[in-house]
Amino acid sequence: MHVVNVRLENLVKRFGKTVAVNGINLEVKHGEFIVLLGPSGCGKTTTLRCIAGLEKPDEGRIYFNERDVTYLPPKDRNVSMVFQSYAVWPHMKVYDNIAFPLRLRKVPKDEIDRRVKWAAEMLQISELLDRYPHQLSGGQRQRVAVARAIVVEPDVLLMDEPLSNLDALLRVKMRSELKKLQRRIKVTTIYVTHDQVEAMTMGDKIAVMNAGRIQQVGTPEEIYLKPANTFVAGFVGTPQMNFVDVTVVSEGGKSYLDAGDFRIEVSSDVAEALKDYEGKGVILGIRPEHMYPIELAPKNVKGPTIKGVVDFVEALGSDTIVHVRVGSKLLVVKVSGSHHFTLGSDIVVMLDISKMHVFDKSSTKAII
Amino acid sequence: MGFTSKNKPEAFSLTQPSKIEKFIPYFLIAPALSYLLFFIGYPLAQAVVLAFTDSSGHFTLAHIKYLLYSPESMFYTAFKDTLALAAVIIPIQVMLALGFSLLLSTNFKGREFALYAFVLPLTISDVAGGLIWYTMLSTNGFFNKMLMAAGIIASPIQFFGYQYRYMEFLAIVIAEVWRATAIVFVIIFAGLQMISKDYIEAAEVFGAGTWEKLRHIIFPMLKPSLQAALIIRTLFAFQVFGVVWVLAGRDIPVLAGEAYYEQTELYHYGVAALYALIIAALSVAVGYIYIKMFRAQYLEVGR
Amino acid sequence: MVSDVVKYYLRRVVFYGLVTVSVLWILTPIVIAILYAFSTTHDYYSPKVVIPTHFTLKHIQELLALGAGPAIMNSIIVASLTILFSFVLGLPAGYAFARYAFRGKDSIKLLIIGLRMFPIIIIAVPLVTLYIRLGLNDTLLGVALAHTSMALPFVILITSSIFAGVPTELEEAGMIFGLSRWGAFLRITLPLALPGLAAAAIFTFIMSWNEVFMASVLTLTNRTLPAFILTSAMAAPDFIKFAASFIMVLPAMIFVFIARRYLIAMWGITLR
Repeated sequence: MHVVNVRLENLVKRFGKTVAVNGINLEVKHGEFIVLLGPSGCGKTTTLRCIAGLEKPDEGRIYFNERDVTYLPPKDRNVSMVFQSYAVWPHMKVYDNIAFPLRLRKVPKDEIDRRVKWAAEMLQISELLDRYPHQLSGGQRQRVAVARAIVVEPDVLLMDEPLSNLDALLRVKMRSELKKLQRRIKVTTIYVTHDQVEAMTMGDKIAVMNAGRIQQVGTPEEIYLKPANTFVAGFVGTPQMNFVDVTVVSEGGKSYLDAGDFRIEVSSDVAEALKDYEGKGVILGIRPEHMYPIELAPKNVKGPTIKGVVDFVEALGSDTIVHVRVGSKLLVVKVSGSHHFTLGSDIVVMLDISKMHVFDKSSTKAII
Repeated sequence: MGFTSKNKPEAFSLTQPSKIEKFIPYFLIAPALSYLLFFIGYPLAQAVVLAFTDSSGHFTLAHIKYLLYSPESMFYTAFKDTLALAAVIIPIQVMLALGFSLLLSTNFKGREFALYAFVLPLTISDVAGGLIWYTMLSTNGFFNKMLMAAGIIASPIQFFGYQYRYMEFLAIVIAEVWRATAIVFVIIFAGLQMISKDYIEAAEVFGAGTWEKLRHIIFPMLKPSLQAALIIRTLFAFQVFGVVWVLAGRDIPVLAGEAYYEQTELYHYGVAALYALIIAALSVAVGYIYIKMFRAQYLEVGR
Repeated sequence: MVSDVVKYYLRRVVFYGLVTVSVLWILTPIVIAILYAFSTTHDYYSPKVVIPTHFTLKHIQELLALGAGPAIMNSIIVASLTILFSFVLGLPAGYAFARYAFRGKDSIKLLIIGLRMFPIIIIAVPLVTLYIRLGLNDTLLGVALAHTSMALPFVILITSSIFAGVPTELEEAGMIFGLSRWGAFLRITLPLALPGLAAAAIFTFIMSWNEVFMASVLTLTNRTLPAFILTSAMAAPDFIKFAASFIMVLPAMIFVFIARRYLIAMWGITLR
């Protein structure tokens, strides 16, 4: 397998009046596992299909190692793809399905045999080689699809929501298996999904997409800890980040974020960063897991407090989600472990000031 | 839809099916079924009777003898010509229909219009088709005029008339290919549509060029449709009548044409019935061969 | 790479070229036939005039005078009767197949499909003797009955799939809210199925309109249009034939325009 970087330059793809992909610039380094993450219709699958050669972009270019492949048909790109529906050919045995790409490349017979067995071994389907797809379960068919994809040692491995048709348990298992597989064979991988958990656990890098544009590219930590805008902040993390409209107010030498129903004091560094927003409205963002009922707050966490009333409680066993009503606002707090909260009771919540985000109201971009 | 007729829940399951309810479907179907059985069963039986009895009702082989030995009987020619027409026309149609289907399988501007155009001949009868091509190919027809105006030929190419029998054969082939390809096309196209796009795209990604796609993916998955199309088309081909009559009259005798002629001109009901039986026998035989041929390689195509 | 782009566009050109040629191949003869049907004899015989520029209704009129008029009427009557009979018989059967599961369902369906496979020749020829006995020979009713036997399998299969396309939940909802089964059929299923049924009716019309063998064999004086053309018009001069082709093709063109979307679905279903 040789070194392959993938570069997308100003990719645009339209379908009739809809612009599915609206100017995508992306670089994928050799051996990287990058996830295109976003809601349905954000253009991630279309982008993937352009990389595969199944769609021709209207504008822009695609480069494999600086070679312009934009107009190359799929078969000449040495890519492999795992389809959402697996696309395992029903009239061929599993062995023939996996061998197909090799046969097309006129690989000698014994080499084919060796490689098919190797791929089957990797995906633990060696006993299924003689069966037909309709005799397999969905999960097994998915493995066949993956085996087929890796058997040629492609330059780029593409995966289009390969786990979405599996049941929840299988999905979790396959997540780690796919990631381990990719690490072993070190192929440049581009993976499309709408499931942020998949993205966070599998990707070396995540490219969050919405409405045909890339919102942010970064490691899972960067995406989680430093979201570039409200979309990314809201898309990653469950339950969703709390967003509150606040005004920047300075009073008596101190700075505050005033939400009307409550007000929190901010440090001078934060005030400095927000100095252009004096008197203006911004969006405060804080993740449920970074808010704590004051009696349960860890010792090293410091921050402003808010008084509210318990509106609703979701007991998940491993965590407890508390919906807190503060005036007209509803804040969601995620507490680790199983705790009891009485509906309607008063509650004081502390925000971890170091994990607070502020977003510009019009551009939705992060200021902090 | 995920339901097949086998596992679709029985309708009207609000109440336990009463005794009468069980028989309702049979009542609904009975009239149509009996009509069909009569209108097809009776003539079938009657045809056998007619073929082997003479005017006084006694068993006779006279009709067969007439068919095979009489100098007026064009049986051998008709048999040969019918098969020849089928052998020439059907492969061309299948290939054209496949080609059209593949062309139309991708999305492009004007696809809907092209689809309507390909489907249009479905509604044109074989007589009309023959007449249209008569317009095209006759001495003063479009084809000749165009070639003469372009200076390619000096005098018109004759397609019709007894001395040009081979040209008449060609004209019939052209007319039938033009008209009846739509029938094959519709079946194959529908079959092609049913092949999930993913299977073909996967082949593309994994290295298949056009020919390999066709050979390894599309053809195998099209087998059921091809089989249906071939059976239908061949059955119709054995009954070819109107177009031949219109373009060549009896210059090119065909089985159905002879049946018609014997029936309406010569009043040889027995001979006509014999022709009918032969056509039926041919159809059944060929149908059987097709089914056997395709079943051997027929693989269950999953959803 | 330049050659990649060139290859790509070259493929597009070839593709569109093929499509254009194919479409022209289908459409040109029809256009020509229509044009020639209306061209003047002068234009027709002049070798230089490839596409006529002068038009006349003369040929159509001559054709009608020859007896095409009554023939057209006959065809319309026969086709209408065929629709009537085949729907009266076939609709209930189609509904039964769509809504009920019963013993022998598949075998009966196979039987009906198999019956359709029989060459019409073997049906028509013996029918003559039967008709003579029944006094149906040379009657439009006789032809309509014969056409019905040809159209019935098609109508059954098509109405079956049309009704199957109307979700049972809608009927059941109707019955919960007070309708009887028959009422649910009448007030809910039928209106929803109407477009498909209309298209099927039109298609049946066309089938009957086009049918030539049975019509020719079963009639002598009351000929339908195809039968008439087969016998009388064949001896006539060329332009009469052109006019004839136009008249025969006209309903088809109208039909295709009206029922375009249904055509493929219908034929695809029945011929499987």
